[in-house]
Amino acid sequence: MSKNFSLRSLLVRPEVATFLMFLAIMIGFYIANERFLDARNIRIVMGITPEYIIVAIGIAILMISGEFDLSVGSVFALVPMTIVQMVHQGIPPWFAIFLGLMIGMIVGFVNGFITLRFGIPSFIATLGMLYIARSLTTVATAGFPPPFPHILPNELFVYQFELFRASLYWALLVAVVLGVMLHRSNIGNWIYATGGDQNAASSMGIKTGNVKMFCFILCGFLAGFAGMIQTFRLEAPLPSQGYLLELESIAAAVIGGVSLFGGIGTVFGAVIGAILIRFLESGIIMARIDAEWFRAGLGSLIIIAVVFNTYISRRATRIGQNKVED
Amino acid sequence: MEDIIVCEGLNKYYSGVHALKDLSLKIKKDSVVGLIGDNGAGKSTLIKILSGAHQPDSGHIYFEGNKVKFKSTKEAMNLGIETIYQYSALIPEMSIARNIFIGREQTQYNVGSFGLMKTKTMQDDAMKALTDVELHLRSPDTPVNQLSGGERQGVVIARAMYFKSKVLILDEPTNHLSVKETNKVLKFVEGLKSQGVTSIFITHNLSHVYPIADHLCVMARGEKIADMEKKDTTIDHLTDLLVNG
Repeated sequence: MSKNFSLRSLLVRPEVATFLMFLAIMIGFYIANERFLDARNIRIVMGITPEYIIVAIGIAILMISGEFDLSVGSVFALVPMTIVQMVHQGIPPWFAIFLGLMIGMIVGFVNGFITLRFGIPSFIATLGMLYIARSLTTVATAGFPPPFPHILPNELFVYQFELFRASLYWALLVAVVLGVMLHRSNIGNWIYATGGDQNAASSMGIKTGNVKMFCFILCGFLAGFAGMIQTFRLEAPLPSQGYLLELESIAAAVIGGVSLFGGIGTVFGAVIGAILIRFLESGIIMARIDAEWFRAGLGSLIIIAVVFNTYISRRATRIGQNKVED
Repeated sequence: MEDIIVCEGLNKYYSGVHALKDLSLKIKKDSVVGLIGDNGAGKSTLIKILSGAHQPDSGHIYFEGNKVKFKSTKEAMNLGIETIYQYSALIPEMSIARNIFIGREQTQYNVGSFGLMKTKTMQDDAMKALTDVELHLRSPDTPVNQLSGGERQGVVIARAMYFKSKVLILDEPTNHLSVKETNKVLKFVEGLKSQGVTSIFITHNLSHVYPIADHLCVMARGEKIADMEKKDTTIDHLTDLLVNG
């Protein structure tokens, strides 16, 4: 029984289900077109995926704490734009990067402050920030996208190795550090507790406001960092970069098993969710399906993932309720 | 027996409503106190003050003979006063072991107050804490939402015992439980006495608390209307007080 049970309890873990979905999609597209999994295509897809992984991790942790951030797409554009403009103003590259990432954290702080101080849904606070940060980005271009200053150390973040870019290793570093934080440290325990039941967490002495604020700032930082990597890869700061990224990162988190109601999810799930979306996009193109079907595929994945996870969590709860009656 | 908690003249107003009126109460060490009253009688206000969640507008609280003023639940918890709220004592999706240690994790490689959890030690200690209250569950990694209502109360009580609470305030611990589960919880609470834990059992169901209580306190409209040893009263007398105030 015990062995059976552990296999079953593994299968009901949402991120495991996501991983199986991932394998199915990879195999399906490979059958449709063998070149889907050749080195060239993997190099292309994994060249752009790390940026999405990093944003998805930030969103996932924030969602686990019970809040949202719709401003990540705009922060993804604002941070690199300010870094580039500061370098053009003569600020040393590393100091400009430092200040730029600080701006991401400040946006996260403002999101958190408005949400927590005024007790409004973070959905609304960060929707406002979505427009504000995008607007600031456009204003910062001063009418015309500036050229990319090549004194910026972009090779360090995006150098193309044989198969992968340096950005993948940065994304893995972020995933490992934050995975350990979320799943092994006491802060992680507080994040799950806060998102699981805020009243219970605070009655046990957790400062839930501080926990959420930490997650907001972390999310803003990661969105800015990922945006910086994209600009470094493209060697062009575009005011439109990261458009609709907020919805895509929530999609990645949700496909990876993060609950919309907080308290449930893993870093691994968010990483798989982000990779899955990028390979889905590539697979549809490689299978010579009209690329417009990508969004339909993504939409279906989100719905399937949430329906499945809801089913699983209902079943788990039912086990407990049955016990009362026996 | 000495008194572990003494309240003197506590008053609390909520936007003009006098929720607690000049309440004085003495709670003996190692006893089970039944705090009974209908909805809106002021029971919740009193426990919120004793647990540090709210502060009284006037009056004093003495804990083990010393005057105390709690600014937060954490301060009360540090002195050994643990409160178990009706619906929000555990995080349903988290494991038993994680729930037991929320906010008081055992950590290593600490940087300030942050560190990595000693998962193995926490799992072992969680199982030991459960066994100490005669609760035998399969694994410390089971999510709490897979436990029955009585088992959940058992986990909460095990947590209080593990952290050596001196006073346990239980807010309607038997609400919405089956008869069998209720008896299980009552047994947990009765077992606390012999382990040197004082419990304050809040309920509107007299028949649940009467068998295990040493002392009974009846509240109505924010006031204490009766306060007596069980031997000096009967269940009929208390019922009459509850109904007619």
